[in-house]
Amino acid sequence: MIREYRTTVEISGPLMFVENVEGVTYEELAEIELPDGTIRHGRVLEVNESMALVQLFEGSSGVGISQSVVRFLGKSVELGVSETMLGRVFDGQGRPRAPFDTFPPIVPDRMININGSPLNPYARDYPAEFIQTGLSSIDGINTLVRGQKLPVFSASGLPHSAVAAQIARQARVIGEGESFAVVFAALGITFEEADYFIRDFKSTGAMDRAVVFLNLADDPAIERIATPRLALTAAEYLAYQKDMHILVILTDMTNYCDALREISAARREVPGRRGYPGYLYTDLSTIYERAGRVKGRKGSITQIPILTMPEDDKTHPIPDLTGYITEGQLILNRELHKRGVYPPMDVMESLSRLKDKGIGKGKTREDHADLFNQLMAAYSAGKNARELAVILGTAALSPLDQQYLRFAEEYERRYISQGEGENRTIEETLDLGWELLKLLPREEMKRVRPEHLDKYWPAGEHS
Amino acid sequence: MTKGTIRKVAGPLVVAGGMAEARMYDVVYVSDMRLLGEIIEIKGDAASIQVYEETWGLGPGDRVYSTGEPLSLELGPGLLTSIYDGIQRPLDKVRERSGDWISRGINIPGLDHSRRWEFTPTATVGSAATGGDFLGSVPETATVEHRIMIPPGISGTLAWVAPAGSYTIDEVIAKVRTASGEEVDLRMYQKWPVRRARPVQKKMAPTEPLVTGQRVIDAFFPVGKGGTACVPGPFGSGKTVIQHQLAKWADAEIVVYVGCGERGNEMTDVLQEFPEILDPRSGKPLILRTVLVANTSNMPVAAREASVYTGMTIAEYFRDMGYSVALMADSTSRWAEAMREMSGRLEEMPGEEGYPAYLGTRIAEFYERAGKVHCLCSGEREGALTVVGAVSPAGGDLSDPVVQATLRVVKVFWSLQARLAYMRHFPAIGWLESYSLYTENLRDWYGKELDAGWTALRNGAIALLQEEANLQEIARLVGAESLSSEDQLTLFTARSIREDFLHQNAFHEVDTFCSMRKQVRLLGLIMSIHESLSRAIGAGASPKDLFSLPFRESVARARYVPENRLEEIDRILETAGSEIEGVLEQTARAGEGA
Ligand SMILES: Nc1ncnc2c1ncn2[C@@H]1O[C@H](COP(=O)(O)OP(=O)(O)OP(=O)(O)O)[C@@H](O)[C@H]1O
Ligand SMILES: Nc1ncnc2c1ncn2[C@@H]1O[C@H](COP(=O)(O)OP(=O)(O)O)[C@@H](O)[C@H]1O
Ligand SMILES: [Mg+2]
Ligand SMILES: [Mg+2]
Repeated sequence: MIREYRTTVEISGPLMFVENVEGVTYEELAEIELPDGTIRHGRVLEVNESMALVQLFEGSSGVGISQSVVRFLGKSVELGVSETMLGRVFDGQGRPRAPFDTFPPIVPDRMININGSPLNPYARDYPAEFIQTGLSSIDGINTLVRGQKLPVFSASGLPHSAVAAQIARQARVIGEGESFAVVFAALGITFEEADYFIRDFKSTGAMDRAVVFLNLADDPAIERIATPRLALTAAEYLAYQKDMHILVILTDMTNYCDALREISAARREVPGRRGYPGYLYTDLSTIYERAGRVKGRKGSITQIPILTMPEDDKTHPIPDLTGYITEGQLILNRELHKRGVYPPMDVMESLSRLKDKGIGKGKTREDHADLFNQLMAAYSAGKNARELAVILGTAALSPLDQQYLRFAEEYERRYISQGEGENRTIEETLDLGWELLKLLPREEMKRVRPEHLDKYWPAGEHS
Repeated sequence: MTKGTIRKVAGPLVVAGGMAEARMYDVVYVSDMRLLGEIIEIKGDAASIQVYEETWGLGPGDRVYSTGEPLSLELGPGLLTSIYDGIQRPLDKVRERSGDWISRGINIPGLDHSRRWEFTPTATVGSAATGGDFLGSVPETATVEHRIMIPPGISGTLAWVAPAGSYTIDEVIAKVRTASGEEVDLRMYQKWPVRRARPVQKKMAPTEPLVTGQRVIDAFFPVGKGGTACVPGPFGSGKTVIQHQLAKWADAEIVVYVGCGERGNEMTDVLQEFPEILDPRSGKPLILRTVLVANTSNMPVAAREASVYTGMTIAEYFRDMGYSVALMADSTSRWAEAMREMSGRLEEMPGEEGYPAYLGTRIAEFYERAGKVHCLCSGEREGALTVVGAVSPAGGDLSDPVVQATLRVVKVFWSLQARLAYMRHFPAIGWLESYSLYTENLRDWYGKELDAGWTALRNGAIALLQEEANLQEIARLVGAESLSSEDQLTLFTARSIREDFLHQNAFHEVDTFCSMRKQVRLLGLIMSIHESLSRAIGAGASPKDLFSLPFRESVARARYVPENRLEEIDRILETAGSEIEGVLEQTARAGEGA
């Protein structure tokens, strides 16, 4: 049943109020035809008796009250999916996106509601397979596992795109040649940034195994609400129907949240912190929780959302609520970046909550957990020593503190830092950790079990 | 049955007209999909309904059917080992029915009505019977005996009780003749509305600690059995790990774990681990004493609001049997946010940060359902319900309205510090910021069950940590080397308390659980060494020599000593003693030489 109305009574921001409607349902997709024949899209945010409130994906500029024809399509927003999406570039509503993609639309295998349904927690399988990214600061310290959602908290001017592209390029599960694909969603980022990713995918041949959705900075902001959901719908199809392991990159989630705030403000809702709606947490969770593994299904969805922290502030609602949902966070640090450390990973504030079951014997190596604990303790002590040295001068430090200080410097220079093209194996990463620990007295290795210490640093040996 | 018609749909809120006869908190079926909802406001003939499922596709004109009953649970054998959503739908059965993703309109009872249970009567026919009295028991799991009770509100004489045998929960297993001569049929399960506290005879103050096996909690900030505690902290500070640790190791007979608006994988973790981990007391899998309520963040927000009440009601039911029950709610902030969302949709006047003005009242009512109690019954029976709530304040800021409302009612505050978490000092419970108001009440128990010197030992350790905090300021300015020898010793021992006692790795096979006996020995070890060192320094020994003695390494490893070899800790103390003695002799010789 398609119903047409010319009864728009109010347009306010990205919202449109349509009167005297009948049979309209919540979340229904609407089509708005303008006098020149162009078609815009929207969805129903609220129905109250005979009044429908419609959110316009492309915004309301150029939409008039009297001439627009509104049609309700009797279905929710859907995405047509098929395996032929691989290698294609779509816009924020799922249509081929010129100039990146000039082919005809795909022939869908099926249509899927982009909102998905909640995955039953009972159907989840706990993520436990180690993904080697080739970056020591991730593999050794904040280990990523298959099915995890691990965001990158960045800030303006930091190399988060390079880090994400390097992960997408290098990520693999040791000893497996299973089918792997990347789903990439650009949310309000610039053409240049998007182009960087697409060129990187092309140059490494990854593009054939990628599905790209672009909503760029000059594309309609409200469309951004749907874009990550399109990407995840494609990802779920490929993962759970086509048995692929999917890495989803969503960048920049800050732009997504700002679009959500715009709608909330237009609806005059009571705002939560900093003007963001009170339901931001719930809304973000319906995106992030779509990562995971499902019992009895081969594929998986690993998510790396990227967000820029306004004013480098981790307590801003966007990073804050993200951190409360995701399974850890990788935090990029401006100070390290200034000192030329790439990736500028703040390993102390970063965290992978799922690493414990993804590391150790049979996954990485038996000494990994202890080595990790020891490296963290030593780096923390080294950073304390560095602070002390600032106040008292290096000479005033105890000999032990001086050793810790030196350790911290070397750790940043050799362990955290690596080349954009440098792909370290997990053994290389672990061995490097031991090598650096040997800058310290052996008695300081309190967090390492004696058997591991004896194996990787036999008593009496000094480097 | 009242029938109404939808007027408005806005997210999880549906307004229906024609509902003049409906009552607040009655459960309704919404549309012909029979989505479950609950009435949360009535204005004229319009009822506002919070719908426990996604509402897309609903619109004006759809029908609404009231059940005339409040949201209630089925309480009886079969609760243990279950995993429920926020409104007691068993998620394993939901999966059988709807597949891996939860579809809408699935109504499955909380208990299995076809399963047969071995019932053994314990009550005698002809005796007086009131609510809470036992009728018989069912071995629900290998560790828990499910005691079948007369539901609250029924009393009279027991007219009949079924002989031992196997029954489904729908079969009548007893009859009570009330004062009016009417015979009431009783089954092995009862229904109870989630928002109403189950009655007790009387509440009492906790006098016994819930031993959690977590050193910083048991030694410094204990919670009493029947008490309340909260764990606020920013993300990644360890709220969930602490709750999981408590669910695993606390000496409660029943554990109810509510995952309220948090991660799906955390529930999966519990589901996969608990059947494998053995309870250190019973030697049987932990899952056998556990009920899980999982309404993760991506599940409908209204059911999230209900989930904490569902967990609480199940916990109270087991408390009524005379068990010591522990309820973990992770996170109460998500519950508060669900309230905020519904309140916003109802266009209520917001209080602080958009939370409804009744936030504080709801939180207080929730924690008030905890307690050590004389259970409802004609005899004497004690039960306890301990409640531990995680709080996730925005930006980690403790001025958050949910934190503030919670701190007004709970008696224990475990303050998680981001600073400690970054240093990977776990549990990241700040020793200067946290408190427990139970320590006085528990003093007698410690005196009886532990060493008489325990309280002094513990207070000594806390005092040292406080002194450390003061000294650190000075040390930062002038360097630790320029402090007096006594002060250097304070820093030395405080560091040992932090690193060798308070720090506890949840993922280490031995360290994850530490018995009270071991805690006494460990802290005793550190504090005895402190005394020896203090004497040695008094006798002129150099702190440098003392602090670099090899015993340091053995002390650091003492917490990895398995529970069945605790005497090794005593040996560490002997060795440390003789090492210190050695330095003293040297000092003495050097003194003679001079
Ligand atoms: N578990 C902890 N809880 C709170 N603060 C801690 C903890 N561990 C360390 N700190 C604080 O971090 C700082 C240094 O930590 P660290 O553990 O390195 O101390 P330390 O080893 O005694 O110092 P030093 O580097 O002088 O040996 C101190 O301010 C200390 O109080
Ligand atoms: N007692 C502990 N021992 C070791 N690691 C811990 C401990 N507590 C927390 N952690 C680490 O901190 C991470 C975050 O803890 P979690 O409880 O999930 O935080 P929150 O619930 O506060 O966001 C965990 O994944 C784990 O790596
Ligand atoms: Mg130190
Ligand atoms: Mg948590």
